[in-house]
Amino acid sequence: MTDALLVLDRLTKRFDGREAVSDVSLEIAQGEFVALMGPSGCGKTTTLRMIAGLETPSAGEIRLDGARLDERKPWERDTPMVWQSLALFPYLSVLKNVEFGLKMRKVAARERRRRAMSWLEQVGIAGYANRDIAQLSGGERQRVALARALVTEPRILLLDEPLSALDAHLRVRMQSEITRLQRRLGITFVYVTHNQSEAFAMASRVAIMNEGRIQQVAAPREVYRAPANRFVAEFVGTNNIVEGRIRSATGTQVIVATAHGDFTAAMPAGRALAPGDAVNLVVGADRVTMPARAEAHANAISGTVIGEEFVGSVVTLHLDVGGGAVFRVQKQAHALDDVAIAPGQTLRASWRAEDTYVLPE
Amino acid sequence: MNVDRIVRRVLGGYVVVALGFVFVPIAISFVFSFNEGRFPILPIERFSTVWYEAIWNEAPVTRAFRSSIVVGVSAAFVSTFIGFAAAYTDFRYRFLGKSVYLALALLPPTIPVLILGLVMLMFLGRVSLVGELHSVILAHVVYCTPFAMALIRLRLSQMDPDLERAAWNLGANDWRAMRDVILPFTLPAILAALFLTAAVSFDEFMIAFFVGGVNETLPVRVLNMMQGQVSPRINAVGSFVFAISMTLVILAQIFLLTRRGAGRAGTPGPLWGRKAG
Repeated sequence: MTDALLVLDRLTKRFDGREAVSDVSLEIAQGEFVALMGPSGCGKTTTLRMIAGLETPSAGEIRLDGARLDERKPWERDTPMVWQSLALFPYLSVLKNVEFGLKMRKVAARERRRRAMSWLEQVGIAGYANRDIAQLSGGERQRVALARALVTEPRILLLDEPLSALDAHLRVRMQSEITRLQRRLGITFVYVTHNQSEAFAMASRVAIMNEGRIQQVAAPREVYRAPANRFVAEFVGTNNIVEGRIRSATGTQVIVATAHGDFTAAMPAGRALAPGDAVNLVVGADRVTMPARAEAHANAISGTVIGEEFVGSVVTLHLDVGGGAVFRVQKQAHALDDVAIAPGQTLRASWRAEDTYVLPE
Repeated sequence: MNVDRIVRRVLGGYVVVALGFVFVPIAISFVFSFNEGRFPILPIERFSTVWYEAIWNEAPVTRAFRSSIVVGVSAAFVSTFIGFAAAYTDFRYRFLGKSVYLALALLPPTIPVLILGLVMLMFLGRVSLVGELHSVILAHVVYCTPFAMALIRLRLSQMDPDLERAAWNLGANDWRAMRDVILPFTLPAILAALFLTAAVSFDEFMIAFFVGGVNETLPVRVLNMMQGQVSPRINAVGSFVFAISMTLVILAQIFLLTRRGAGRAGTPGPLWGRKAG
């Protein structure tokens, strides 16, 4: 990507000798919506704070439009942020909060007011302009924070877990509103979250981080179907991971011997796997059919039902497949309407060779 | 039920007795300051403001009063400024020896004032700053600053540290963030610190006695009056000092209790608004 707007170049941050961010390189194009995702302590927020200038990189560079950003003071960057705590000024009205960035840029009072009002309208809370922050609900504060950050019409907006304080229902609504806003404005969004569904629902690209390093950068669908390594496979979605060794390999297929039997998988592109190589297989829980139709699917496994989880219309069954391993099967609830499932029952599940993914490492 | 009521009455009685113990002597002094007779004997002979007129016309008292005002106001402003700076340093920065810095900064009020007064006298004498009104101001700044710092530090600890960073993030440099975020947020504590330090300085006797030389503040004057003769004028001065101190302390309390964080810049919080009219 040569037309990158924001470039993180081998960015490293050490705190008291411990590396919070290690060698992070990422290029973000104009208008992209990129999510930095990972478990807490993975370095995603530190990375975002380095972009905003709230932390100084120990090594590496940040460039915006080819110019060094990391050498500028935070107030000289024009990289506004939506904070996890929202950080709205409690002693200022909604309007004054939104005007703040313009006031710092010495925009005249009348113009300031006009622009702040227009942004309040865009986020749908123009009627609250003269209220105190304390009088607003969580969702309304969220909108004030967005308007305050966008009022200077920056090229890039940083968002640090902005929706984490909202209840689930409101969160989903704000997700789609923020996504629509981003598409309409064409401003580059860098969005930090530990929430996988949030990242996948909103971002055009996701960078998954762990222990200070980027594990994979790809479109959500690709991360989901072709995780780059075991960490990503475990972190993302409900994947079953089975360890094994290559028993035999043809040009297009491999057969992998595991503790739960032999499974057939497609030969991963660009790799020459030979018999005896250790591999990890990934099987998406939603790709598994049950009860098994052995004749239709290449791979099958048997297990005892030890748990059942309902989340909305989706059911996740936990099967004890022996050796302490738990295999998860995810189904739409209505697909199981005709099947009687009870704990302790033995079930057979199966899936296709194409849905068996060999992890690259 | 019955036991509860007894306990409640005993505890209520205890509170009344404790508060009475604190305030009855002051009340007595106040009552007798309006008594025309020389001797504090009940019943009061006749209501009169004669003792207030007496002190009003007594040059040493009015001079001491003026000195106290000058010292109190100066010490309040200087110690609040230093206290704010010290509290902000604690809020904003992490550095080696910070706990030592904090302990030292908050130490002076824990030193017995007698000792503080003596060493201040010795030190200020060495640097030829003793015996003047500004000597008292200097010594009172040392004594009052920790009170200001403690109040402002408390307020800053209630502030989301992201607020200041958010201001930078929106284009405010260090000074603008100080002016537009830190100061408005800490303003109630700053005002409270001004009034409280003024009250502390106004009441302080020992240090002023040692370093002031012939420049008497009001509490020092009261002591000197008592050494001369016991006169009801002392009741009048005492009541007067008490009224001023209480006013300052109550003002400080009002600013502390004002939930100005929920209010808005420019428009004062409800209590302040009522006070300012």
